[in-house]
Amino acid sequence: MTRPDLETIAQWVAPGARVLDLGCGDGSLLKHLWQRNQAHGYGVEFDDAEVLASLRNDVNVLQLDLESGLALFQDGSFDYVILSETLQTIHRIEFLTREMLRVGKEAIVSFPNFGHWQARLQVLAGRMPVSEELPHQWYNTPNVHLCTLADFEDLCARLGATIRERAVLHGGRPVRVLPNLLGSIAVYRVTD
Amino acid sequence: MAGSVGIVQAKRAAFEEPFRFRSGAEIPRFELMYETYGTLNAARSNAVLVCHALNASHHVAGTYAAHPEDVGWWDNLVGPGKPLDTNRFFVIGNNYIGGCFGSTGPTSVNPATGKPYGADFPVVTVEDWVAAQARLADHLGIGRFAAVIGGSLGAMQALQWALAHPDRVGHSLVIASTPRLSAQNIAFNEVARQAIMTDPDFHGGHYYEHGVVPRRGLRIARMIGHITYLSDDAMMEKFGRALRRAAPGFDFDIDFEIESYLRHQGDKFSTYFDANTYLRITKALDYYDPAGDFGGDLAASFARATAAFLVVSFKSDWRFAPARSRALVKALLDNRRIVSYLELDAPGGHDAFLLEDPRYHGALAAYFGNIEL
Repeated sequence: MTRPDLETIAQWVAPGARVLDLGCGDGSLLKHLWQRNQAHGYGVEFDDAEVLASLRNDVNVLQLDLESGLALFQDGSFDYVILSETLQTIHRIEFLTREMLRVGKEAIVSFPNFGHWQARLQVLAGRMPVSEELPHQWYNTPNVHLCTLADFEDLCARLGATIRERAVLHGGRPVRVLPNLLGSIAVYRVTD
Repeated sequence: MAGSVGIVQAKRAAFEEPFRFRSGAEIPRFELMYETYGTLNAARSNAVLVCHALNASHHVAGTYAAHPEDVGWWDNLVGPGKPLDTNRFFVIGNNYIGGCFGSTGPTSVNPATGKPYGADFPVVTVEDWVAAQARLADHLGIGRFAAVIGGSLGAMQALQWALAHPDRVGHSLVIASTPRLSAQNIAFNEVARQAIMTDPDFHGGHYYEHGVVPRRGLRIARMIGHITYLSDDAMMEKFGRALRRAAPGFDFDIDFEIESYLRHQGDKFSTYFDANTYLRITKALDYYDPAGDFGGDLAASFARATAAFLVVSFKSDWRFAPARSRALVKALLDNRRIVSYLELDAPGGHDAFLLEDPRYHGALAAYFGNIEL
């Protein structure tokens, strides 16, 4: 587990839980959750190479497009639906967030904080932000919906969802003061 | 380095007890043709059953000493170092009951009359194929398959294995398939059957006695089938509107490449495939519907399946489109079964399951590699 948000997520997931990991990449989070917490479930991934990597990692993976929702999954059929570092690539965020809260008893969402001071400085200097968390140039980024902590919390309020827990990180360490300015990654645990 | 299983030999297993079909009909004895590749381990835990689709046979991999050109139909998948690795697995190909490649079927002699069964051979179902394969497994001393795999109607057998014998299947690999045919699928099958049965040489299915074969009907049936195996794009890519002659002939000889291809496929097929078997296979396809006994509830029908599943579909397959595979995946998810699903953007249409695509074969290699023996 090299990405700091993944360790936070692993700490939140209860032992033996049923997990759905949206945009699971190579399946390393699911594999880790199985080894650490005996939590089991499925990954959803669209990219051919990542699907193959997940299979190699012996993770249950379903090749589906998140933009068409979670129609294959029943209401409340998972303890956690996880969307780690994927939110910013989704077009229909409101729709998918609702779907996550339908399918999961809890949703766990992590994303890069666009409100981090370095990002703000770069915008002030007249440039789109490029950082460790946001490594792409504006013209080749897969990200379509970047947001700040305040923005995401507004969305939760709009959807009537309750934020149960929040962890804000920078450089792998928790950020407790001025999180929307000093945190580069945010992780939320949300319920309906 | 991936290689061939080399020269192989077909084997025959005889079962001297009556076989009762789903229809209630019975035959006094039957035989199944099969081939094996690799070695059964001491724990007898590494057997994989390969089920074939419409026109294939027990000859899955390798070649015959007398016919080096006769390469098995899934040779690109099965062999040492290949995705279904015969260094690790004991792989079994079989020709299903009612087939026409040596297993007991309409061309076999009916012991009651001393003549070929012909039209008197019972209508077969996917359930019957699996029941007969279970007898073959008993015969080979295999209590439980590490995996059962098939494409198209071969995959229906892999599904049926998981339903009929949950304790005998570790993994079910369901490729380019569907848990039931649509009305359109059945419609195509009916046109194929009508082509055969209205051929003047059909003689109600007793054409063997007349020394003829309903070749025209078989040809047309096969031509229709081939249209549904390829995607529109793949067909356009392969044949386009290319002409076989310098200019349009303004007659009914072959103008376009696709006409030539279909006629060639039809001609070839009609020389080696039995029309009575073709009729029965299309019926087996039409009848297969495990949800039928559960008021159409697919999830309820899969409650008894305990195998882990790999489901694969191809986006260009309009015969058994990905939505059918997703319905199956949903039924498995509703039952909280172990399942992975691939929906590959491959151009080959329904026939993509027979082609070598690195993503597809890579996934199968990874999946088989993680099967614990």
